[in-house]
Amino acid sequence: MTMTKIKLTTPLTDDVVEKLRIGQRVLLNGVIYTGRDAAHKKLIELLDTGRELPINLRGQIIYYVGPSPAKPGNIIGSAGPTTSGRMDAYAPRLISLGLKGMVGKGKRSPEVVKAMRQHKAVYFAAVGGAAALISKCIKECEVVAYPELGPEAIHRLVVEDLPVIVVNDTLGGDLYEEGTKIYASK
Amino acid sequence: MTDALQKAYDQELSLTGKEIIQQLLKNADIARSEEVPMCQDTGFAVVFVELGQDVHIEGGALEDAINEGVRRGYTEGYLRKSIVGHPLERVNTGDNTPAVIHLKLVPGNKMKITVAPKGGGSENMSGIKMLKPAEGVEGVKKFVLDTVKAAGPNPCPPIIVGVGIGGTFEKCALLAKEALLRPVGTPSHRPEIARLERELLDEINSTGIGPQGLGGRFTALAVHIEIYPVHIASLPVAVNINCHASRHKEIVL
Ligand code: SF4
Repeated sequence: MTMTKIKLTTPLTDDVVEKLRIGQRVLLNGVIYTGRDAAHKKLIELLDTGRELPINLRGQIIYYVGPSPAKPGNIIGSAGPTTSGRMDAYAPRLISLGLKGMVGKGKRSPEVVKAMRQHKAVYFAAVGGAAALISKCIKECEVVAYPELGPEAIHRLVVEDLPVIVVNDTLGGDLYEEGTKIYASK
Repeated sequence: MTDALQKAYDQELSLTGKEIIQQLLKNADIARSEEVPMCQDTGFAVVFVELGQDVHIEGGALEDAINEGVRRGYTEGYLRKSIVGHPLERVNTGDNTPAVIHLKLVPGNKMKITVAPKGGGSENMSGIKMLKPAEGVEGVKKFVLDTVKAAGPNPCPPIIVGVGIGGTFEKCALLAKEALLRPVGTPSHRPEIARLERELLDEINSTGIGPQGLGGRFTALAVHIEIYPVHIASLPVAVNINCHASRHKEIVL
Protein backbone atom coordinates (compact mmCIF):
# COMPACT_ATOMS: atom_id res chain seq x y z
CA MET A 1 0.00 0.00 0.00
CA THR A 2 2.78 2.43 -0.71
CA MET A 3 2.46 5.10 -3.30
CA THR A 4 5.47 6.86 -4.71
CA LYS A 5 6.27 10.00 -2.87
CA ILE A 6 8.01 12.96 -4.43
CA LYS A 7 10.63 14.73 -2.38
CA LEU A 8 10.65 18.50 -2.78
CA THR A 9 13.04 20.99 -1.28
CA THR A 10 12.29 24.71 -1.00
CA PRO A 11 12.62 27.19 -2.60
CA LEU A 12 10.47 25.81 -5.42
CA THR A 13 10.90 26.80 -9.05
CA ASP A 14 8.21 27.06 -11.74
CA ASP A 15 9.62 23.94 -13.42
CA VAL A 16 9.11 21.81 -10.35
CA VAL A 17 5.71 23.24 -9.50
CA GLU A 18 4.35 22.81 -13.03
CA LYS A 19 5.02 19.09 -12.98
CA LEU A 20 2.97 18.43 -9.86
CA ARG A 21 -0.46 16.85 -10.31
CA ILE A 22 -3.42 16.46 -7.98
CA GLY A 23 -3.32 13.35 -5.83
CA GLN A 24 0.46 13.12 -5.76
CA ARG A 25 2.12 12.49 -2.41
CA VAL A 26 4.88 14.92 -1.62
CA LEU A 27 7.46 15.05 1.16
CA LEU A 28 8.43 18.65 1.86
CA ASN A 29 11.95 19.55 2.90
CA GLY A 30 13.75 22.76 3.76
CA VAL A 31 12.50 26.10 5.01
CA ILE A 32 8.79 26.85 5.14
CA TYR A 33 6.94 29.69 6.86
CA THR A 34 3.86 29.57 9.06
CA GLY A 35 1.00 32.05 8.88
CA ARG A 36 -2.68 32.26 9.78
CA ASP A 37 -5.27 34.99 9.20
CA ALA A 38 -3.85 37.53 11.64
CA ALA A 39 -0.35 37.37 10.11
CA HIS A 40 -1.74 37.45 6.57
CA LYS A 41 -3.70 40.56 7.39
CA LYS A 42 -0.53 42.27 8.58
CA LEU A 43 1.40 41.24 5.47
CA ILE A 44 -1.28 42.68 3.21
CA GLU A 45 -1.34 45.92 5.22
CA LEU A 46 2.40 46.27 4.63
CA LEU A 47 1.92 45.75 0.91
CA ASP A 48 -0.94 48.23 0.82
CA THR A 49 1.23 50.89 2.37
CA GLY A 50 4.15 50.08 0.08
CA ARG A 51 6.41 48.67 2.77
CA GLU A 52 8.66 45.65 2.63
CA LEU A 53 7.57 42.24 3.94
CA PRO A 54 9.46 40.67 6.85
CA ILE A 55 10.03 37.53 4.77
CA ASN A 56 10.95 36.98 1.12
CA LEU A 57 8.15 34.94 -0.40
CA ARG A 58 9.78 34.10 -3.72
CA GLY A 59 9.71 30.33 -4.25
CA GLN A 60 8.48 29.78 -0.72
CA ILE A 61 5.73 27.80 0.97
CA ILE A 62 3.39 29.07 3.67
CA TYR A 63 1.99 26.50 6.07
CA TYR A 64 -1.34 27.52 7.61
CA VAL A 65 -0.80 26.48 11.21
CA GLY A 66 -0.99 27.81 14.74
CA PRO A 67 1.04 25.33 16.76
CA SER A 68 0.39 24.45 20.38
CA PRO A 69 3.18 25.49 22.81
CA ALA A 70 6.30 23.32 22.86
CA LYS A 71 6.83 21.13 25.90
CA PRO A 72 10.25 21.70 27.47
CA GLY A 73 12.85 19.91 25.36
CA ASN A 74 10.67 19.84 22.24
CA ILE A 75 11.20 22.01 19.17
CA ILE A 76 7.53 22.80 18.67
CA GLY A 77 4.14 21.67 19.98
CA SER A 78 1.56 19.88 17.86
CA ALA A 79 1.35 21.52 14.45
CA GLY A 80 -1.43 20.35 12.14
CA PRO A 81 -3.04 22.42 9.37
CA THR A 82 -5.83 24.93 9.94
CA THR A 83 -8.71 25.67 7.54
CA SER A 84 -7.24 27.43 4.50
CA GLY A 85 -10.42 29.20 3.44
CA ARG A 86 -9.76 31.92 6.00
CA MET A 87 -6.65 32.91 4.06
CA ASP A 88 -8.40 33.01 0.66
CA ALA A 89 -8.88 36.76 0.74
CA TYR A 90 -5.13 37.31 1.09
CA ALA A 91 -3.57 34.43 -0.84
CA PRO A 92 -3.84 35.66 -4.47
CA ARG A 93 -1.79 38.77 -3.65
CA LEU A 94 0.99 36.68 -2.10
CA ILE A 95 0.91 34.21 -4.99
CA SER A 96 1.38 37.07 -7.43
CA LEU A 97 4.52 38.00 -5.47
CA GLY A 98 6.07 34.60 -6.07
CA LEU A 99 4.67 32.38 -3.32
CA LYS A 100 4.83 28.87 -4.80
CA GLY A 101 3.01 26.71 -2.31
CA MET A 102 0.48 26.69 0.50
CA VAL A 103 -0.19 23.91 2.97
CA GLY A 104 -3.49 23.67 4.83
CA LYS A 105 -6.79 21.84 4.87
CA GLY A 106 -10.05 22.49 3.07
CA LYS A 107 -11.14 24.00 -0.24
CA ARG A 108 -9.78 27.18 -1.80
CA SER A 109 -11.84 29.89 -3.46
CA PRO A 110 -12.04 30.21 -7.26
CA GLU A 111 -9.87 33.35 -6.98
CA VAL A 112 -7.07 31.42 -5.28
CA VAL A 113 -7.34 28.56 -7.79
CA LYS A 114 -7.12 31.09 -10.61
CA ALA A 115 -4.08 32.78 -9.08
CA MET A 116 -2.40 29.38 -8.78
CA ARG A 117 -2.91 28.70 -12.48
CA GLN A 118 -1.84 32.14 -13.52
CA HIS A 119 1.31 32.42 -11.43
CA LYS A 120 2.19 28.73 -11.13
CA ALA A 121 1.64 27.78 -7.55
CA VAL A 122 0.19 24.72 -5.84
CA TYR A 123 -1.91 23.96 -2.81
CA PHE A 124 -1.13 20.97 -0.63
CA ALA A 125 -3.28 19.35 2.04
CA ALA A 126 -1.67 18.11 5.21
CA VAL A 127 -3.71 15.69 7.27
CA GLY A 128 -5.88 17.71 9.63
CA GLY A 129 -5.54 16.52 13.17
CA ALA A 130 -2.34 14.56 12.51
CA ALA A 131 -0.61 17.29 14.45
CA ALA A 132 1.66 15.22 16.69
CA LEU A 133 2.91 13.23 13.71
CA ILE A 134 3.56 16.37 11.67
CA SER A 135 5.47 18.05 14.48
CA LYS A 136 7.99 15.17 14.33
CA CYS A 137 8.95 16.39 10.84
CA ILE A 138 9.79 19.86 12.12
CA LYS A 139 13.48 20.14 12.90
CA GLU A 140 13.88 23.86 13.57
CA CYS A 141 11.46 26.57 14.57
CA GLU A 142 11.96 30.27 15.18
CA VAL A 143 9.65 33.26 15.22
CA VAL A 144 10.60 35.70 12.45
CA ALA A 145 7.72 38.19 12.62
CA TYR A 146 4.85 39.33 14.84
CA PRO A 147 5.79 37.56 18.11
CA GLU A 148 2.88 39.42 19.73
CA LEU A 149 0.49 37.14 17.84
CA GLY A 150 1.55 34.10 19.88
CA PRO A 151 0.65 30.91 17.99
CA GLU A 152 -0.31 33.13 15.03
CA ALA A 153 3.18 34.65 14.70
CA ILE A 154 5.14 33.92 11.52
CA HIS A 155 7.55 31.08 12.28
CA ARG A 156 10.40 29.93 10.10
CA LEU A 157 10.42 26.14 10.14
CA VAL A 158 12.94 23.70 8.78
CA VAL A 159 11.11 20.53 7.85
CA GLU A 160 12.14 17.06 6.89
CA ASP A 161 9.83 14.85 4.83
CA LEU A 162 6.63 16.59 5.88
CA PRO A 163 3.90 14.47 4.21
CA VAL A 164 1.37 16.39 2.08
CA ILE A 165 -0.91 15.71 -0.88
CA VAL A 166 -1.33 17.93 -3.96
CA VAL A 167 -4.91 19.24 -3.98
CA ASN A 168 -4.73 22.05 -6.55
CA ASP A 169 -2.19 22.03 -9.36
CA THR A 170 -1.24 24.60 -12.00
CA LEU A 171 -3.77 23.14 -14.45
CA GLY A 172 -6.71 24.03 -12.24
CA GLY A 173 -7.33 20.49 -10.99
CA ASP A 174 -8.98 20.06 -7.60
CA LEU A 175 -8.61 16.80 -5.69
CA TYR A 176 -11.45 17.61 -3.29
CA GLU A 177 -13.83 17.63 -6.23
CA GLU A 178 -12.28 14.79 -8.22
CA GLY A 179 -11.78 12.51 -5.22
CA THR A 180 -15.31 12.98 -3.97
CA LYS A 181 -16.74 12.24 -7.43
CA ILE A 182 -14.87 8.95 -7.68
CA TYR A 183 -16.18 7.60 -4.40
CA ALA A 184 -19.71 8.99 -4.43
CA SER A 185 -22.19 6.19 -4.92
CA LYS A 186 -25.17 8.30 -5.88
CA MET B 1 -12.11 6.09 18.76
CA THR B 2 -9.06 4.03 17.86
CA ASP B 3 -11.29 1.01 17.21
CA ALA B 4 -13.55 3.05 14.96
CA LEU B 5 -10.54 4.34 13.02
CA GLN B 6 -9.05 0.87 12.75
CA LYS B 7 -12.29 -0.43 11.30
CA ALA B 8 -12.38 2.46 8.85
CA TYR B 9 -8.80 1.67 7.88
CA ASP B 10 -9.69 -1.95 7.15
CA GLN B 11 -12.73 -1.05 5.06
CA GLU B 12 -11.71 2.15 3.27
CA LEU B 13 -11.59 1.69 -0.51
CA SER B 14 -9.55 4.74 -1.37
CA LEU B 15 -5.78 4.30 -1.11
CA THR B 16 -5.37 7.94 -0.18
CA GLY B 17 -8.07 7.48 2.43
CA LYS B 18 -6.33 4.44 3.87
CA GLU B 19 -3.04 6.28 4.05
CA ILE B 20 -4.70 9.18 5.84
CA ILE B 21 -6.38 6.96 8.41
CA GLN B 22 -3.07 5.24 8.97
CA GLN B 23 -1.50 8.64 9.67
CA LEU B 24 -4.28 9.41 12.13
CA LEU B 25 -3.74 6.13 13.97
CA LYS B 26 -0.01 6.75 14.11
CA ASN B 27 -0.66 10.29 15.26
CA ALA B 28 -2.84 9.07 18.12
CA ASP B 29 -0.03 6.69 19.14
CA ILE B 30 2.57 9.44 19.19
CA ALA B 31 0.23 11.76 21.09
CA ARG B 32 -0.39 9.08 23.70
CA SER B 33 3.19 7.97 24.19
CA GLU B 34 4.72 11.45 24.19
CA GLU B 35 1.86 13.11 26.02
CA VAL B 36 1.40 15.83 23.44
CA PRO B 37 -1.89 17.04 21.94
CA MET B 38 -3.11 14.94 18.99
CA CYS B 39 -4.25 18.18 17.39
CA GLN B 40 -2.80 21.66 17.93
CA ASP B 41 -6.33 23.01 18.29
CA THR B 42 -7.00 21.99 21.85
CA GLY B 43 -10.30 23.74 21.62
CA PHE B 44 -12.81 25.69 23.60
CA ALA B 45 -13.21 24.03 27.01
CA VAL B 46 -16.81 22.84 27.03
CA VAL B 47 -17.71 21.50 30.47
CA PHE B 48 -20.86 19.57 31.34
CA VAL B 49 -21.63 19.44 35.04
CA GLU B 50 -24.26 17.16 36.53
CA LEU B 51 -24.68 18.45 40.03
CA GLY B 52 -26.47 16.33 42.62
CA GLN B 53 -29.01 18.56 44.38
CA ASP B 54 -27.78 17.41 47.78
CA VAL B 55 -24.27 18.63 47.06
CA HIS B 56 -23.21 21.79 48.79
CA ILE B 57 -20.18 23.53 47.33
CA GLU B 58 -17.99 25.43 49.76
CA GLY B 59 -15.18 27.88 49.37
CA GLY B 60 -16.19 29.77 46.26
CA ALA B 61 -18.15 29.67 43.05
CA LEU B 62 -18.23 26.52 40.95
CA GLU B 63 -17.74 28.58 37.81
CA ASP B 64 -14.54 30.11 39.16
CA ALA B 65 -13.25 26.69 40.14
CA ILE B 66 -13.89 25.34 36.64
CA ASN B 67 -12.18 28.30 35.01
CA GLU B 68 -9.22 27.94 37.34
CA GLY B 69 -9.03 24.29 36.27
CA VAL B 70 -9.08 25.30 32.61
CA ARG B 71 -6.41 27.96 33.24
CA ARG B 72 -4.09 25.47 34.92
CA GLY B 73 -4.80 22.63 32.52
CA TYR B 74 -4.11 24.69 29.41
CA THR B 75 -1.04 26.39 30.85
CA GLU B 76 0.63 23.49 32.63
CA GLY B 77 -0.36 21.02 29.93
CA TYR B 78 1.14 23.13 27.10
CA LEU B 79 -2.18 23.33 25.32
CA ARG B 80 -2.95 26.07 22.81
CA LYS B 81 -4.77 29.15 24.06
CA SER B 82 -7.46 29.61 21.47
CA ILE B 83 -9.96 31.96 23.10
CA VAL B 84 -10.36 35.69 22.46
CA GLY B 85 -12.15 37.73 25.10
CA HIS B 86 -14.40 39.73 22.77
CA PRO B 87 -15.80 38.32 19.53
CA LEU B 88 -15.23 41.57 17.63
CA GLU B 89 -12.15 43.03 19.30
CA ARG B 90 -10.48 39.61 19.36
CA VAL B 91 -7.72 39.81 21.93
CA ASN B 92 -6.58 36.43 23.26
CA THR B 93 -7.41 35.84 26.94
CA GLY B 94 -4.06 34.09 27.24
CA ASP B 95 -5.19 31.12 29.32
CA ASN B 96 -8.03 29.62 27.26
CA THR B 97 -10.67 30.83 29.73
CA PRO B 98 -13.55 31.16 30.09
CA ALA B 99 -15.02 27.70 29.67
CA VAL B 100 -18.52 27.12 28.29
CA ILE B 101 -20.34 25.49 31.19
CA HIS B 102 -23.56 23.51 30.98
CA LEU B 103 -24.99 22.84 34.41
CA LYS B 104 -27.73 20.32 35.12
CA LEU B 105 -29.26 19.62 38.51
CA VAL B 106 -29.82 15.91 39.17
CA PRO B 107 -30.92 13.88 42.19
CA GLY B 108 -28.26 12.61 44.56
CA ASN B 109 -25.11 13.77 46.30
CA LYS B 110 -22.52 13.37 43.57
CA MET B 111 -21.14 15.67 40.93
CA LYS B 112 -20.19 14.48 37.47
CA ILE B 113 -17.94 16.67 35.34
CA THR B 114 -17.37 15.98 31.66
CA VAL B 115 -14.79 18.03 29.82
CA ALA B 116 -15.19 18.05 26.06
CA PRO B 117 -12.77 20.49 24.42
CA LYS B 118 -14.10 21.52 21.03
CA GLY B 119 -11.94 22.45 18.04
CA GLY B 120 -12.88 25.41 15.90
CA GLY B 121 -12.58 23.73 12.50
CA SER B 122 -15.40 21.31 13.12
CA GLU B 123 -17.50 23.65 15.27
CA ASN B 124 -17.53 26.18 12.42
CA MET B 125 -19.15 23.69 10.07
CA SER B 126 -22.10 23.01 12.37
CA GLY B 127 -25.59 24.35 11.74
CA ILE B 128 -29.16 24.64 12.94
CA LYS B 129 -32.44 25.00 11.08
CA MET B 130 -36.04 25.45 12.12
CA LEU B 131 -37.88 23.08 9.80
CA LYS B 132 -41.61 22.95 9.24
CA PRO B 133 -43.17 19.87 10.85
CA ALA B 134 -44.46 18.84 7.41
CA GLU B 135 -40.86 18.37 6.24
CA GLY B 136 -40.62 15.43 8.62
CA VAL B 137 -37.85 12.89 8.67
CA GLU B 138 -36.90 13.60 5.03
CA GLY B 139 -36.37 17.24 5.88
CA VAL B 140 -34.20 16.26 8.83
CA LYS B 141 -32.10 13.92 6.69
CA LYS B 142 -31.68 16.51 3.97
CA PHE B 143 -30.47 19.16 6.41
CA VAL B 144 -27.97 16.77 8.02
CA LEU B 145 -26.63 15.69 4.62
CA ASP B 146 -26.45 19.24 3.29
CA THR B 147 -24.54 20.35 6.38
CA VAL B 148 -22.04 17.50 6.07
CA LYS B 149 -21.59 18.15 2.34
CA ALA B 150 -21.06 21.86 2.85
CA ALA B 151 -18.50 21.06 5.54
CA GLY B 152 -16.56 18.88 3.10
CA PRO B 153 -12.92 18.65 4.11
CA ASN B 154 -12.96 21.47 6.69
CA PRO B 155 -13.82 19.52 9.86
CA CYS B 156 -11.03 16.99 9.20
CA PRO B 157 -13.10 13.93 8.27
CA PRO B 158 -13.67 11.19 9.29
CA ILE B 159 -16.10 13.01 11.54
CA ILE B 160 -18.68 12.24 14.20
CA VAL B 161 -22.05 13.81 13.50
CA GLY B 162 -24.09 14.92 16.49
CA VAL B 163 -27.74 15.65 15.69
CA GLY B 164 -30.39 17.25 17.87
CA ILE B 165 -34.03 17.01 16.84
CA GLY B 166 -36.79 18.83 18.72
CA GLY B 167 -36.89 21.14 21.71
CA THR B 168 -36.54 24.87 21.20
CA PHE B 169 -33.84 26.67 19.22
CA GLU B 170 -31.23 26.57 22.00
CA LYS B 171 -32.27 23.19 23.39
CA CYS B 172 -31.87 21.64 19.96
CA ALA B 173 -28.29 22.92 19.63
CA LEU B 174 -27.45 21.56 23.06
CA LEU B 175 -28.94 18.16 22.15
CA ALA B 176 -26.62 17.98 19.15
CA LYS B 177 -23.63 18.70 21.36
CA GLU B 178 -24.74 16.19 23.98
CA ALA B 179 -25.10 13.57 21.26
CA LEU B 180 -21.35 13.86 20.70
CA LEU B 181 -20.66 12.79 24.28
CA ARG B 182 -21.81 9.24 23.61
CA PRO B 183 -18.93 6.79 23.05
CA VAL B 184 -18.33 6.68 19.28
CA GLY B 185 -20.77 4.38 17.51
CA THR B 186 -23.04 3.65 20.47
CA PRO B 187 -26.56 3.58 19.01
CA SER B 188 -29.50 5.44 20.49
CA HIS B 189 -31.57 3.34 22.91
CA ARG B 190 -34.65 4.18 20.82
CA PRO B 191 -34.94 1.66 17.98
CA GLU B 192 -36.47 4.13 15.48
CA ILE B 193 -33.73 6.68 16.19
CA ALA B 194 -31.00 4.04 16.04
CA ARG B 195 -32.34 3.13 12.60
CA LEU B 196 -32.26 6.75 11.51
CA GLU B 197 -28.66 6.97 12.75
CA ARG B 198 -27.72 3.98 10.59
CA GLU B 199 -29.51 5.32 7.53
CA LEU B 200 -27.88 8.71 7.85
CA LEU B 201 -24.43 7.20 8.34
CA ASP B 202 -24.92 5.19 5.15
CA GLU B 203 -26.02 8.21 3.19
CA ILE B 204 -23.20 10.38 4.54
CA ASN B 205 -20.68 7.72 3.62
CA SER B 206 -22.11 7.54 0.10
CA THR B 207 -21.24 11.16 -0.58
CA GLY B 208 -17.67 10.19 -1.45
CA ILE B 209 -16.16 13.01 0.64
CA GLY B 210 -13.97 10.52 2.47
CA PRO B 211 -11.04 10.95 4.85
CA GLN B 212 -9.90 14.61 4.79
CA GLY B 213 -12.36 15.21 1.96
CA LEU B 214 -9.96 13.76 -0.60
CA GLY B 215 -12.35 11.04 -1.68
CA GLY B 216 -13.36 7.79 -0.03
CA ARG B 217 -16.01 5.91 1.88
CA PHE B 218 -15.34 7.01 5.43
CA THR B 219 -16.64 10.54 5.73
CA ALA B 220 -18.17 9.81 9.12
CA LEU B 221 -17.44 7.21 11.78
CA ALA B 222 -20.79 7.62 13.49
CA VAL B 223 -24.04 9.56 13.64
CA HIS B 224 -25.51 10.15 17.10
CA ILE B 225 -29.00 11.59 17.45
CA GLU B 226 -30.70 12.98 20.56
CA ILE B 227 -34.33 14.01 20.56
CA TYR B 228 -36.66 16.07 22.77
CA PRO B 229 -40.38 16.88 22.80
CA VAL B 230 -41.25 19.80 20.61
CA HIS B 231 -43.88 22.53 20.05
CA ILE B 232 -46.74 21.61 17.70
CA ALA B 233 -45.54 24.30 15.28
CA SER B 234 -41.84 23.38 15.21
CA LEU B 235 -39.26 20.89 14.02
CA PRO B 236 -35.82 22.23 14.86
CA VAL B 237 -32.79 20.23 13.80
CA ALA B 238 -29.20 20.95 14.76
CA VAL B 239 -26.01 19.38 13.50
CA ASN B 240 -22.84 19.61 15.56
CA ILE B 241 -19.83 18.18 13.81
CA ASN B 242 -16.89 16.76 15.67
CA CYS B 243 -13.58 15.70 14.22
CA HIS B 244 -11.67 12.50 14.82
CA ALA B 245 -9.75 14.44 17.48
CA SER B 246 -12.81 14.06 19.69
CA ARG B 247 -11.55 14.31 23.24
CA HIS B 248 -13.72 13.66 26.28
CA LYS B 249 -12.92 13.06 29.89
CA GLU B 250 -15.35 12.33 32.67
CA ILE B 251 -14.96 12.40 36.42
CA VAL B 252 -17.41 11.72 39.24
CA LEU B 253 -16.88 13.42 42.59
S1 SF4 C 1 -11.30 20.03 13.14
FE1 SF4 C 1 -10.49 18.77 14.83
S2 SF4 C 1 -8.76 17.63 14.00
FE2 SF4 C 1 -9.25 19.31 12.60
S3 SF4 C 1 -7.89 20.96 13.22
FE3 SF4 C 1 -9.83 21.28 14.27
S4 SF4 C 1 -9.61 20.23 16.26
FE4 SF4 C 1 -7.98 19.51 14.92
